[in-house]
Amino acid sequence: MLDPDFNPVIRVRGLHNRFGTQVVHDGLDMEVQQHEIFGVVGGSGTGKSVLLRSILGLQQPSSGSVELYGRDVQSMAAVDRSSLVQSYGVTFQNGALISSLTVAQNVQLPLREHYALSEKTLYELADLNLLMVGLSPDDGAKFPSQLSGGMIKRAALARALALEPKLLFLDEPTAGLDPISASAFDELLLYLHSELRLTVVMITHDLDTLFQTCSRVGVIVDGHMISDTLEGMLKNTHPWIQEYFHGPRARAAEKEAADKETHG
Amino acid sequence: MTAPLALERQSDGWRLRLSGDWSLTALPSIEAQLQNLPALDGTLVCDWTQAQAPGISPAWALLRRLAETCGGLPALDVRHTGNPPHFLELLQKLHVDRHAAYSVQTPPTLERLVGKLGRWAVLQGRHGRGVIVFLGRIATVVGEALRRPQALRVSSITRHIYETGITAIPIVSLIAFLISVIVAYLGAQQLSRFGADIFVVDLVTIAVLREMGVLLTAIIVAGRSGSAFAAEIGVMQLNEETDALRAMGMNPVELLVVPRVLALVIVLPLLTVIADAMGLAGGGLLSLINLHIPLPQFTARMHEALSPTTFWAGLVKAPVFAILIAMVGTYRGMQVRDSARELGRLTTVAVVQSIFMVILADALFAVLFVQINF
Repeated sequence: MLDPDFNPVIRVRGLHNRFGTQVVHDGLDMEVQQHEIFGVVGGSGTGKSVLLRSILGLQQPSSGSVELYGRDVQSMAAVDRSSLVQSYGVTFQNGALISSLTVAQNVQLPLREHYALSEKTLYELADLNLLMVGLSPDDGAKFPSQLSGGMIKRAALARALALEPKLLFLDEPTAGLDPISASAFDELLLYLHSELRLTVVMITHDLDTLFQTCSRVGVIVDGHMISDTLEGMLKNTHPWIQEYFHGPRARAAEKEAADKETHG
Repeated sequence: MTAPLALERQSDGWRLRLSGDWSLTALPSIEAQLQNLPALDGTLVCDWTQAQAPGISPAWALLRRLAETCGGLPALDVRHTGNPPHFLELLQKLHVDRHAAYSVQTPPTLERLVGKLGRWAVLQGRHGRGVIVFLGRIATVVGEALRRPQALRVSSITRHIYETGITAIPIVSLIAFLISVIVAYLGAQQLSRFGADIFVVDLVTIAVLREMGVLLTAIIVAGRSGSAFAAEIGVMQLNEETDALRAMGMNPVELLVVPRVLALVIVLPLLTVIADAMGLAGGGLLSLINLHIPLPQFTARMHEALSPTTFWAGLVKAPVFAILIAMVGTYRGMQVRDSARELGRLTTVAVVQSIFMVILADALFAVLFVQINF
């Protein structure tokens, strides 16, 4: 069994990923502690999604090790692997809801697969997860194509929460949302994070989300990861990080976050 | 292992002792126990002291069950003691938020059945209109191309000629060859009993040229390219690529449909000629090996057997079949909406329907040719 209280939850050591001659990760290290919201940022093509896929075991890295709860992901037996997969929830960039199933059935999908439960309980649990992410149980009967972008992101989160994971991976959870929906999603995430005591790893380009929610940030530059708190990042002298965290958009997001802290 | 639930009567009300594993893993057994909980009233104290690793889902199932046992009335006063899990408050809040959602499907009544029939009829009507509109759109583009030749998209047509035609040559040849060998073989077995071996030549040449060459080719192409058309255009629909084209002022029918239709109209007759040739070759080869009819005799007999129209009676059907296959494929592709399942369903429909249409059209041609003595 996995020890759910193991710290650090994720430890990536010397990760190398290359496609042909193109080197994406050149000895990347990353550590995520219990109960933090860790934001992963980086320019386009710096391998944020590749990193996520390597951690999830969807992709074999060229070299390096990935440990979840202190266990090496690649050298794991198939049985352990199945219990590992059940210990985390993932949302993908475009929701990746199964289009031929209703929202409720999507949420029930992992539960059905792993537990023998009655239909009634399955629907109750679908209700629960939909309510937790701020959707109405009535939305459960809809098909993914009938949902708006924000609702798709929420439904995907509901599905990721279905197996009660302690660890959540979110790939661009607020991309493509209007600012109101995006900030509502930020609040939802913070709320669930404190209520359910989750550890969250989030790939995001949304500076507002980054400043509102993340306790630590990892920036992928030159195939390595520089991780620090937000305050630390703001003082970092690397030119890309400077530009990223001191651009006009970043300044606005930073100011807004500061305002919220003083007034809220 | 201890039972997850133990209900006790106490002086001031009920006491529900929760013990053992209360994580999500244990939910199936907890669920069974919850079903056995009797209807309760008064006060109930849930004691969480001995519950290990309580999970959100079992806690939710418990709350729902307790709410049900008192019939939704606030007759049961539930309290939680013994270090209840931290998320219980959240669940109680959500429980108040929720309203009845688990609806049971009502059995069909006569009224509903009639309604269903009506909806089906309307749908078929709309469908028929859709087909006619689609035909009209294609005709418009082709008509426009007479005035504005660049509407024909030559490069796209070339690509489809290659994909639906050139790459189909091996399989079409092989199947035409084998089928005509089979027909000749069966024919030879029957006819040799009457000493009429030579009529195998008539059988093979007429069957291949009039019917089988074109029909086999059309069916193979329907399976290969009809499905490809539907799937390709269907995925473009799902990715909103067709909408993007429309938004840029381009006509998807002109860009996607007409090139495929025209390419197939050009290609199918050519493939038919190849299939005819391979079919005759197969018949000739079998006659030589099995019936010892030398090739010159085979060709001489062939000339006698064929009327001038036999070859054309087969070939003239090819463009018609091509139009049917291409239109069904592209039309079904354009119908794809929303989901991956629709894509699969409509691709299947495209293949099945185009093969059916081809055979239906072939039957009509057969009747027509008899009538006009072609």
